[in-house]
Amino acid sequence: MAEFKLRLRRYDPESGEPPYWDKHTVELDPHRSVLDGILEAKDSQDGTIGIRCSCRQGICGSCGVRINGKPGLACNTHLDEALARGDGQEIVVEPMGNMPVIKDLIVDMDAVHWRKIQSVTPWLLPREPVPEREYLVAREAMVDVTQSMACIQCGACVSDCLAMEVDPLFTGPAALAKAYRFVGDPRDSEHYERLRYVAEDPHGMYTCTHCFKCVDACPKDVNPMGQIMRLRRIAGTDFEIEDRNNGFRHEHAFVKNIHRNGLLHEADLLPDSYGGKFDPRALPELLSSIPIVIKGVLRGKITPTKALLHPHKASKDVRAIFERIEGEPARYELNLYVTGTDDPPLQGAGDADSGAATEGAKR
Amino acid sequence: MPEHDVLIIGAGLAGQRAALAAAQSGVSVAIMSKVHPVRSHSVAAAGGINAAISVSDDWRSHAYDTVKGSDYLGDQDAIEAMCREAPGEVMHLEHIGVTFHRNDAGELDLRAFGGASINRTAYVADITGQAILHVLYEQLMRNASTVARYEEWFVTSLLIDDGGSCTGVVARHIRSGAMETFAAKSVILASGGAGQCFKPTTNALICTADGLAQALRAGAPLMDMEMIQYHPTTLLENGLLITEGARGEGAHLLNKDGERFMSKAAPNKMELASRDVVSRAEQIEINEGRGVGPDGQGVYLDITVVPRKRTLEALREIVNIGRDFAGVDITREPIIIRPGQHYIMGGVKTDIQGQTPIAGLYAAGEVACVSVHGGNRLGANSLLDTLIFGRRAGEDAAERARSTPMPACSDAQLRNDERMIAEIMARPRKGRRISELKNELGTTMNRYCAVFREADGLQSAYGTVKRLQEEAQNAYIDDRGTVFNQDVLGAIELGYMLETAEAIVLSAIDRKESRGAQFRTDFPERNDAEWLKHINVALGEDGSPEISYSPVTITQWRPEERTY
Ligand SMILES: Cc1cc2nc3c(=O)[nH]c(=O)nc-3n(C[C@H](O)[C@H](O)[C@H](O)COP(=O)(O)OP(=O)(O)OC[C@H]3O[C@@H](n4cnc5c(N)ncnc54)[C@H](O)[C@@H]3O)c2cc1C
Ligand code: SF4
Ligand code: SF4
Ligand code: FES
Repeated sequence: MAEFKLRLRRYDPESGEPPYWDKHTVELDPHRSVLDGILEAKDSQDGTIGIRCSCRQGICGSCGVRINGKPGLACNTHLDEALARGDGQEIVVEPMGNMPVIKDLIVDMDAVHWRKIQSVTPWLLPREPVPEREYLVAREAMVDVTQSMACIQCGACVSDCLAMEVDPLFTGPAALAKAYRFVGDPRDSEHYERLRYVAEDPHGMYTCTHCFKCVDACPKDVNPMGQIMRLRRIAGTDFEIEDRNNGFRHEHAFVKNIHRNGLLHEADLLPDSYGGKFDPRALPELLSSIPIVIKGVLRGKITPTKALLHPHKASKDVRAIFERIEGEPARYELNLYVTGTDDPPLQGAGDADSGAATEGAKR
Repeated sequence: MPEHDVLIIGAGLAGQRAALAAAQSGVSVAIMSKVHPVRSHSVAAAGGINAAISVSDDWRSHAYDTVKGSDYLGDQDAIEAMCREAPGEVMHLEHIGVTFHRNDAGELDLRAFGGASINRTAYVADITGQAILHVLYEQLMRNASTVARYEEWFVTSLLIDDGGSCTGVVARHIRSGAMETFAAKSVILASGGAGQCFKPTTNALICTADGLAQALRAGAPLMDMEMIQYHPTTLLENGLLITEGARGEGAHLLNKDGERFMSKAAPNKMELASRDVVSRAEQIEINEGRGVGPDGQGVYLDITVVPRKRTLEALREIVNIGRDFAGVDITREPIIIRPGQHYIMGGVKTDIQGQTPIAGLYAAGEVACVSVHGGNRLGANSLLDTLIFGRRAGEDAAERARSTPMPACSDAQLRNDERMIAEIMARPRKGRRISELKNELGTTMNRYCAVFREADGLQSAYGTVKRLQEEAQNAYIDDRGTVFNQDVLGAIELGYMLETAEAIVLSAIDRKESRGAQFRTDFPERNDAEWLKHINVALGEDGSPEISYSPVTITQWRPEERTY
């Protein structure tokens, strides 16, 4: 047993007062959960503390909160771990971000999270004809979509999504992971339409800035950013969807750039994103970026030689990586359910069960 | 006053399946839940769902296993219906999007489960309940124009008219505190189990017996209430469940000497005998000093014998549970488990259409007792039960609604419930806290009404429950607000739990034999001559519970000795 100091963000909508901080001290085993700590305080000290919770085992998705700055589930975060994450003195618990607070640690998920989920047509549109028995589909395909199916709709990823902070209309990590759940499902008949929708939407999948926040936040290893990247790869490579947001060409420009230069050569990136320096589509974009270019030149970040010539060429090693990947008969996708974790095998246990990425979900 | 042809209370698997079935037949449907539907406890179901879909299987074999598992207390007409309709139901789920895992031929893969004579459990890794619940919720979103959803509404009472029919409910909007009367031609109770009457339990904090007590108060009988399932593998530390799927994948149970002790109680099925059998065997090891852990209160579950890659693919959730809640990597070392409260076989008595003896009131899922589980439920039969009887209840309730006029409801019950809530909030802060009483109830039930029971212990549990009922009249809460007042809901739930616990203890005292989950050390044998019958508990004229009996329906399987 040890003593833990909880600092809870409270808000009582009926009081007319602004949110405030509230402190409670509880005595519990260090590896009990933060939820246990809060419920202990609620049960024995102050029954007015508001927090949604039900399963206590990280499966119902009720108890999403921010603990010492990091979003996650209160019920699967240990007290000692939470303490170590902060200043070592207190465990600070706040409601999740990007969603309005109703009371204390309870946020309005309907207003944000569920609305976004609804926007991606979140149900299977089954391929016809519907078979009498089950659809016959590859074993890996179902294991693969299980990763996005494992989403418990807790909202932790939504809480700290950087792109959503900037663009509240962004579809967001959880809803896009849900979109992948159908795009990756061979029984669904509308892969193309689904992809086109999230690609063309100005607040769709190309709004994500790859900040990794959602990957860190997710308690179920759903890897929403990874699912977004997969949506993009499938949309771009398999369906060749050239979207209005120019996301597709921008991504290709990146790849081309690295292939050629080994490093990111930003002066080429922009024009390449619009089909190359001499493509008519590039002109307005190039014109609009002139002020940035001028600033860059003034600050010495861009020099005319660097911009026009290519001082750096991709090394043999970089080219070898490209050849290796492009030479694969199928694309490999990392998926925890398929490949397991990537921790090293135990001595003597180094067989096919090591869990290393020996097998991937193929498309 | 909102009116709906069919109103469903509870949005777990039973409730959502009922709503979708009722909506299919074109009536107006509403579903109401005290938590967002995907937070319902069905989400925690891990291992899978049984159906005789393999070409080498037959629904009769599934039915026989279920009858035997029930220790012959299950009603065989209901069991037959469930097992016959199971393959069609699983295919339906597959067609609407459940991502069941496949074998190498691309067909549904089937895993082994306890008490089954063949592999017949379809699964999605070990998140089967979640995978099905979320897909049903997808369908509810799809059918939003025909199924109204009242999410985070707490039902406080069922409405019963002068003729004794159920005509709707009273509920509280948790977010605003507003109370409302809902009129309905048919009401389906799908409000889940009563695990919180026990501590520890595998059940979620919301499993507080609401529907059981509401039905009892409304005059419906509860059946088989003594049959409380203790699951063989719950974490020693906090009672969380390790799915039976682990043993289905091949995990072993070991005592402190490293012995696979199931060889004594079930030489053929070993770890995959019925749950009551395995839990008793474990408890014997513990009681006789061969347990492990701090006070020798557990035994080992060794999952390291399952190939690591398979564990990571098919048992991923319990890898997480082991890591997060016990600090153990289950792929590398055994984990300490013990029997823990998991499920109630009993519930509101219904026929095979889900109808209770009260006109207009249906029940389905864990809150109901058809009875397909009898004295002991087989693993992976509960999800099936919720879906089959959820659908049946939904269809029958819709049918009834088509020939019934919309009832006129008064707001008398609404006023009553408002007064009751105001009274709780106004209690002075002295005496005991609601949370203390709940704690005492849970530990008492777990002590005296567990794997092994006997008369004195049960009597003492009864005494405690009655005392707690008294104390609950004055127990106080802190929250006087209207928005998300969880405190006052906790007080109401405690009332439900105490009434349900009383029914459980009374039934356990009454059944003077050992059958299924009820093992009386003072009556250690099964006694078919006297006790092959259901115990029913209903409130008598004076409002106190009374016991009566009803026969067990036997179609083709006569009771036999039960060995595994
Ligand atoms: C950890 C765990 C694992 C399990 N694994 C399996 C398995 O692998 N296979 C299997 O077959 N079974 C399994 N079970 C059993 C099975 O999950 C449950 O029996 C089943 O899901 C119950 O479903 P339900 O729809 O009846 O109730 P629930 O899912 O519990 O839903 C109850 C609903 O009622 C609502 N409700 C309750 N009270 C009120 C009220 N007063 N007002 C409004 N709404 C209310 C709740 O909000 C909820 O929506 C498992 C159980 C547990 C605990
Ligand atoms: S990676 Fe993308 S989706 Fe994820 S949090 Fe960052 S911006 Fe949002
Ligand atoms: S993706 Fe992860 S963090 Fe986001 S809602 Fe789903 S489970 Fe929660
Ligand atoms: S209480 Fe269910 S996820 Fe935390």
